Amino acid sequence: MSLDVLDLSVDLGGRRIVSGVDLHVGDGEFAGLLGPNGSGKSTILKAIYRVNHPATGRILLDGENLLGLPARDAARRVAVVAQESTVEFALTVWEMVMLGRVPHKRGFERDGPKDREIAAQALEHVGMAGLARRSFHQLSGGEKQRVLIARAIAQQADHLLLDEPTSHLDVRYQVEVLELVHGLGVTVLAALHELALAALFCDSVHLRADGQIVDHGPPASVISASAIDEVYGADVVVVPHPDSGVPQPLPRRHPHNRPERNP
Amino acid sequence: MRTHLVRVLVLCTLLLAAAMTAGVWVGSVGLSPTSVWTVVYDHLAGHAPNSIANAIVWELRLPRVLLAAVVGAALTTAGSVVQVLVRNALADPFLLGVSSGASVGATAVLLFGALASLGLWALSVGAISGAFVAMVLVFVVSRQGGTLAPLQLTLCGVVLAGLFESITSFLIFRGNPQATQSVLFWLLGSFGNATWSQLPGPTAGLLLAIAYLLAQARALNALAMGADAATSLGVDVARLRRNLFFITSLIAGLSVAVSGVIGFVGLVVPHIVRLVVGSDHRRTLPVGALAGATFMVLSDLLARTIVAPQEMPIGVITAIIGAPTLIVLIRRRTYLYGGAG
Repeated sequence: MSLDVLDLSVDLGGRRIVSGVDLHVGDGEFAGLLGPNGSGKSTILKAIYRVNHPATGRILLDGENLLGLPARDAARRVAVVAQESTVEFALTVWEMVMLGRVPHKRGFERDGPKDREIAAQALEHVGMAGLARRSFHQLSGGEKQRVLIARAIAQQADHLLLDEPTSHLDVRYQVEVLELVHGLGVTVLAALHELALAALFCDSVHLRADGQIVDHGPPASVISASAIDEVYGADVVVVPHPDSGVPQPLPRRHPHNRPERNP
Repeated sequence: MRTHLVRVLVLCTLLLAAAMTAGVWVGSVGLSPTSVWTVVYDHLAGHAPNSIANAIVWELRLPRVLLAAVVGAALTTAGSVVQVLVRNALADPFLLGVSSGASVGATAVLLFGALASLGLWALSVGAISGAFVAMVLVFVVSRQGGTLAPLQLTLCGVVLAGLFESITSFLIFRGNPQATQSVLFWLLGSFGNATWSQLPGPTAGLLLAIAYLLAQARALNALAMGADAATSLGVDVARLRRNLFFITSLIAGLSVAVSGVIGFVGLVVPHIVRLVVGSDHRRTLPVGALAGATFMVLSDLLARTIVAPQEMPIGVITAIIGAPTLIVLIRRRTYLYGGAG
């Protein structure tokens, strides 16, 4: 259940956004993709789930060429949870989760008892079984992400891509969502915004800048004050987490250095 | 959910049957509802009675009612799909330029006698040709990187529709003032000239479209969640959008060719249907087709009785009923199509 990205380059609008990226995510590993806004984290994920077409490179799933698979087959092996999506149509929570069965069904085939059981278990797993009949757009941000995770569970893929799933959530839901994903035991590649959370949950992290991976490895070896200064241009102090010792970057103040105010 | 859907479908079918019976029965020449079904039964049994009732029911009113039903179903189906295709609540089947293209063709026929060698078919053929040209143009212009992105599609549709409308205006400006009356009447839509021979085209198109769309209903649900989400669920978005574009243009074009440009049905009925049965296309498509057919048959009934012996353009009726209905529904429920709130 491994995911390999080899020499991946992606051009968007005539510009090279991602160039020569190599990534390896081992079986059952939770890998983080870190880097400032615009560093191409989403672009890499979208190349893996076929929204962006790579200019060069290959993507291997257990050694098999992912982009050579039919779209349906690929969707049965790789599920995606993106940022809280804006929904134009008022689907219910249940219908949303049943979308996870789309790659498993053909044309006029009806939803069978097995599909309903899978969807019900997925909703149960994320603790949303009681809200199945609610309208998706009426949910809070954290609830929406849990429903999208249930959809991914119903998709029964053994690889999961997360595209900043926690970016608009309160801290309680951030931890809740990542804890849920961690508990699934699938191979995960997650683009994450919050370095402290990434250090808490990821087995390995890939740090990106200027379209490339500049460092990768366990959080303890990658997340350092100098690396964060280099990649984000931010001055932080990195302290060990009191529970587990994983590195936690904390921002520092610069009282003499603040931007000048207009009179 | 299943049994609920079956009940709704049965109810809609009964309503449609009642509306069609009323559509054939009510009119300037009085008939009884039973005589309507007697004539239909006689024809199906193979012996056509030679009566006045037969002439009115079989030759005049029945083809008209059937055509209204087919066009109502087609416009509603096309409307619900175009709203998904361009992700815009205000989209209607004519957004993609088909109707304005058809108007150019029909105007050329009505004002300048184009295609006169085709006789009675000239108007339909002219409208279909115009619709086809518009469809191909919108498709070619809005294609970007092999995909039909909603925004490009909407903008190209609107811009090209504007261009075609100006061509129509130019033709009317250059044309014979007496003949412009007939153009105006055509543009507002009518089933006044319905004949049996007009039925097979739109009916075949409608059945083909509904069969394809029901087979793609899950993919449509996924596409309604956005192109990226649909892609991650294994939907070939570029191909699906292309097929949706052609199939909606086809049924909208065939409808316009036989009945002119009847607004509001394809915009309002899909919204009403979603409010009642939700947004799952396995429900909205069949219920929408039946509801659209019923709505159109009743509108046509009103159009030809309300100011009898004259006929009101049906587009006036559909707008007068459709607009307030939608406004009431929007105000009563928390309707969040556009993702607001």
